[in-house]
Amino acid sequence: MGRGMGIRTWALRKSLWVFHLSTGSCNNCDIEIIDCLTPRYDVERFGITLVGSIRHADVLLVTGSVNRRVAPKIRMLYEMAPRPCIVVACGTCACGQHMFKGSYHTSEPLDAHVPVAVYIPGCPPKPEAFISGIVQAAGQMGSLRTRV
Amino acid sequence: MTTLFIFLVFPGFLFTAFAGMMASWLERKITARLQWRVGPPWYQSFADTVKLLSKETLIPRGAVETVFLAAPLIGFSGVILSSSILGAVNLDPQRGFVGDLIVLLYLLMLPSLSLLIGGAASRNTLAALGVSREMKLMIAYELPFVLAVLTPVVRSGGIITLGGLVIFQQAHGGFLWSPSGALAFIVALLAVHAKLGWAPFDIAEAETEINSGPLIEYSGSLLAVFRLTRMMLLIVAPLFIITIFAGAGFRGWGMAWSVLQYLIVMVALILVKNTNPRVRIDQALRFFWRPVLVLAAAAMALACIGY
Ligand code: SF4
Repeated sequence: MGRGMGIRTWALRKSLWVFHLSTGSCNNCDIEIIDCLTPRYDVERFGITLVGSIRHADVLLVTGSVNRRVAPKIRMLYEMAPRPCIVVACGTCACGQHMFKGSYHTSEPLDAHVPVAVYIPGCPPKPEAFISGIVQAAGQMGSLRTRV
Repeated sequence: MTTLFIFLVFPGFLFTAFAGMMASWLERKITARLQWRVGPPWYQSFADTVKLLSKETLIPRGAVETVFLAAPLIGFSGVILSSSILGAVNLDPQRGFVGDLIVLLYLLMLPSLSLLIGGAASRNTLAALGVSREMKLMIAYELPFVLAVLTPVVRSGGIITLGGLVIFQQAHGGFLWSPSGALAFIVALLAVHAKLGWAPFDIAEAETEINSGPLIEYSGSLLAVFRLTRMMLLIVAPLFIITIFAGAGFRGWGMAWSVLQYLIVMVALILVKNTNPRVRIDQALRFFWRPVLVLAAAAMALACIGY
């Protein structure tokens, strides 16, 4: 906690609600995300929960290599989220399309569609890497306020 | 001035909101412990609320704007009013008015009603699904709930004020310890469980199915109001049935006894919540209209012949 942090920033950092979006992942990253909710990692300790509606989300967690069908929807979902909302790319696929780069079904990488704040590489990343990524996202929360 | 204080500070808005946040934390913490997790820190509900208040509030395109904005306030005012009346009567049983019991029954319906109105105004298919489920659930549990709540009235020979019921019970012992009262209490507990929208009756908000149903389009401060309503309902609804079935009041040792009863009821509800998977809406309807309604009717019949 930095000095002079307002109560709004504090609350934002202590209560991150995550919306999980798969853009054509192999499902492995998604399973590792669910791991974070299990007793071993229990991210609810830090106020992190998964929410079902993008309207409730503070973090847009994207997995997968962004295929053509889903590409227009990503921008739409991002616009639908109430600000401040941060995009986190999970897994090497979301970071840079991994082995699907240049494939017939993939569109541009994720950061060509929406501004990505945190990249979590790995195939799949370990739950520890996820938590560290979300914590980084929390650190950026206070400074993001307007629509990008 | 005192009336305003009752509504806005104690035992109305401020106090109940704080207590509700603690109750909601208790619920999350116990759930976490049951799953061998650590669970959120005590200030979690407070952080959630402040965060939601500071976030952007979006109104979906095509939604009925006024209704969409007004809906959360309807439920919120209902829960503030009911907490004020309930608290004031428990503090001083002489307060209250004839028929405040019936007024409370109606006020406690407002949170669900606001969910219906808000969800229907938000122009979302999943919200509409949630609304239809919530409506059916209300139809399912309201009838047994009203019967159960009226059982103490019949048992006490027609006392229809909350304060009167509290005084009666302080003189003659709680209704809970009589056969009719015990049956009605079980029915009321089940109805309150459904009212709170907890598993197995979280059909309307089914996170994994229709993505929180009526609330799906709500964001920012409007969502904060909805959540605060829900948290305050965590205090008001159990307290309501404790008042009419055990009626210890808030004076002297009554306070400690009431808090203890509240905690017991809460823990029981949380345990049921965590050990039961979600039922379908038709199963819920059948459950409330067959076994539960029969139980409520039996309680009423027992009360009529004086047991
Ligand atoms: S990064 Fe690896 S594990 Fe994750 S979606 Fe891509 S291929 Fe699957």
